[in-house]
Amino acid sequence: MLSKKQARAFFLGGTLVTFLIFIGLTIFSLSKDVDQTNHENITPAVVRGKEIWETNNCMGCHTILGEGGYYAPELTKVIDRLNLKYNGQGEQVIKSILMSEGPWQPNGRKMVAYGMTEAEASDVVAFFKWIGEIDLNGFGDVVGVDRKISPLAKDKNNK
Amino acid sequence: MKYKSQKVAYWFFALSMLLFGLQIVYGFIMGFAHAGYDGLHEIIPFNTAKAVHLNLLVVWLLSGFMGAAYYIIPEESQRELVSVKLAYVQLISLALVGVAAIIGFHFNIWEGRKFLEIPRGLDYLVVVNVLLFLGIILLTLFKSKRRTTTSLVLSMGLLFAALLYLPGMLPFDSQVTDSFFRWWVVHLWVEGVWELIMGGILSFLLIKLTGVDREVIEKWLYVIVGLTFLSGVLGTGHHYYYIGVNKIWLVVGGIFSALEPLAFLAMALFAVNMYRKGEKKHPNKLALYWTLGAAIVSFVGAGLLGFAHTLPQTNLYTHGTLVTAMHGHLAFWGAYAMIVLAIISYSLPNMTGRKLYDSTIGRMAFWFSNIGMIGMTVAFGVAGVAQVYLERIMKIDFMEVQKLTEVHFMVLIVCATLFTTGVILYMIDFYKHGTPTDEALEIHN
Ligand code: HEM
Ligand code: HEM
Ligand SMILES: [Fe+2]
Repeated sequence: MLSKKQARAFFLGGTLVTFLIFIGLTIFSLSKDVDQTNHENITPAVVRGKEIWETNNCMGCHTILGEGGYYAPELTKVIDRLNLKYNGQGEQVIKSILMSEGPWQPNGRKMVAYGMTEAEASDVVAFFKWIGEIDLNGFGDVVGVDRKISPLAKDKNNK
Repeated sequence: MKYKSQKVAYWFFALSMLLFGLQIVYGFIMGFAHAGYDGLHEIIPFNTAKAVHLNLLVVWLLSGFMGAAYYIIPEESQRELVSVKLAYVQLISLALVGVAAIIGFHFNIWEGRKFLEIPRGLDYLVVVNVLLFLGIILLTLFKSKRRTTTSLVLSMGLLFAALLYLPGMLPFDSQVTDSFFRWWVVHLWVEGVWELIMGGILSFLLIKLTGVDREVIEKWLYVIVGLTFLSGVLGTGHHYYYIGVNKIWLVVGGIFSALEPLAFLAMALFAVNMYRKGEKKHPNKLALYWTLGAAIVSFVGAGLLGFAHTLPQTNLYTHGTLVTAMHGHLAFWGAYAMIVLAIISYSLPNMTGRKLYDSTIGRMAFWFSNIGMIGMTVAFGVAGVAQVYLERIMKIDFMEVQKLTEVHFMVLIVCATLFTTGVILYMIDFYKHGTPTDEALEIHN
C-alpha cells in the first residue's frame, strides 16, 4: 500500500516535472519562429487602442479572443462582420458607435455612450484590425464571417 | 477553539458574509439585464456589475480562506498567532482595499482585464496586505514545533496564490500575451493552488469531523494535490487554444485538462470514504453537510462540467459563451464557496460557544442554496447550448440569439431567488451564533 512518504514524493515530483515542462512550452510558444500573435504589426495606434479598450473595461460586456462578458457581441472579427453587414462600411460604423453621445441600442440592449474623439475611435479601430488578423487556430471562422455561407443565405437566417 | 487568537477568524468570516451578500445583488442586476430589463444601465452598466460581481467573489473567498488559516494554523501548530493586533490591521486594510476597488468600478476606474480589474495602484496595496497576512501565518508556523501536512499544504496554497498574483501585473502591448499571462493568475489559482487551500481545509475538517487517523487523511491529501498539479499546470493550455498562440497547446491542454477532473473525483471519493470509515460522529451535522457537499458539488461543477467543454473540438464552439458561465457558477460554488461555508459552519459554534449544530434554518440554508444553484446552472446551460447552436453553428446574429435566450434568464432569476433565500438563512444562522468569546475556549473538538 502507498505510504505517506511515497505520496509526498508523487506530489513534489509531479509538480516539479509539469512545472518545468510548462515553462518550456511557454518559452517555445512565444518564441520568434512559431509566433503567430501578429506581434510585428502592433503599431502605436494599436497600443493606444488597447489602452482605451482596457481603461473602459469593454471586456466587461464584450468578449475578445473569446474572453470577457457574454452580454454583447464577440469583437475579434468585428470589422469583417460589419463590413459584410454594411457593405464595406464596417470601420465607419464602429467609429460612429464609439463617438456617439447617446447610448447605442440596435436591439434594445444598450451600450455605454463613450463620446470618443475621432482620434480615439480610430485607435480602437486599429486595435480591432490588428486583432482580426491573428491566426486563431480556426476560432476566427467560428466567430467571424463564414465564407461558406453566402451573404444572401445569411440574410435569410437573420430574418 | 483552543487558542484565543483563533477568534480573529470570526471577523474575516463576517466580512466574507457581507461581501457575499453584495455579490449576489450585482448578480441579479446582470440577470435582469440579460432578461431584457436593464433599467439601471445609466448608473450601473453591465460591465460595472460584472466587474463588481467577480471581484467581490474573489475578495469574499480570499477573506474566507484567510479566516480559515487564522483558525486552522494555531490549532494545527498548537500555539497562538504571532500577532493578533497585526491580524486585525490586515483585516481592516483588506476591507478598505476591497471597498475602494468596488467603488472605483462605478466611476470607470479599473483595468479592463477579466477577474483582475483592480487598478494598478490598488494592486500594490493588495500585495502589501497579502504579505502581512503571509508573514503572520508563516511566522506562526515557523515558530511552532508542530508542522502538520494539513497546515503545510494550506500555507503552501496561500503562499503560491500570492506569488501567482504577480504575473497578472506584467504590462504587455499585445492582447495575446496579456491574456496568456492573465491565465497564470486565473487558471493557476482555481485549478491549481486554490485546490491546495481547499484540500488543506477539507483535510482539517475531515480530521475533526470523522475522527479518522490523521496519517491516513494526510496521505490522501498528498495524492489529491499531486493529481491537481500534475493535470492542472499543463491544463492551463485549455485557455490557449484559440487566443493566437501555437497549436501545441491544443494537444497539451486537451490531454492534461481532460485529466483535471481526476483531482476533483479523488477529493469527492476521499471525503465520502473518510466519512464512512469514521467512528466518531461529530455532533456538528451542518459542518458535515457543507464539507461533503463541497467535495461532491465541486466534482460536478468543476470536474464534470469543466470536462464538458475542455476538449478543443468542443471548446472551438463553446469558447466564450454562456456555457462557460454555466460551468463558472457551479465550479466556484461547489469548490470554493462551499468549502468556506463549511469551515465557517464548523468553527462558528467553537468560537462563540453556541452549539447550534443542527438547526432547521441551517439545513434549509444548505438545501435551498444548493438546489437554487443547480437550477441556475441548468438555466445558464440551456441558454448556452442554444447560443452555441444558433450563433456559432447556424450563424444567426448575436443579438437575435440573445433575444431568444431572455426567457432562460427569467428561469435563472427564479432559481437565483431560491438560492438567495438559502444564503439569507445561512446568514441568519451566522448572526444567531453571536460573537466569539473567551469562555468558548473550553470547547475542544
Ligand atoms: C443570485 C445569484 C447570482 C446571479 C443572478 C448571477 C448572475 C450572473 C450573471 C448574469 C453573470 C454574467 C454572465 C455574462 O457575462 O453575461 C454572472 C457571472 C459570473 N458569476 Fe454569477 N450570479 C449569481 C451568483 C453567483 C455566485 C454565488 C457565484 C460564485 C460562487 C457566481 C460566480 C460567477 C462567475 C465566476 C461569473 C463569471 C462567468 C464568466 O464570465 O465565465 N455568481 N453571474
Ligand atoms: C474549482 C475549479 C474551477 C473553477 C472555479 C473554474 C472556473 C472557471 C471560470 C470562472 C471560467 C471562465 C473564465 C473566463 O473566461 O474568464 C472557466 C473557464 C473554463 N474552465 Fe473552469 N473552473 C474550474 C475547474 C475546471 C476544470 C477541472 C476544467 C476541465 C476539466 C475546467 C475547464 C474550463 C474550460 C475549458 C474553460 C474555458 C471556457 C471557454 O473557453 O470559454 N475548469 N472556469
Ligand atoms: Fe482553466
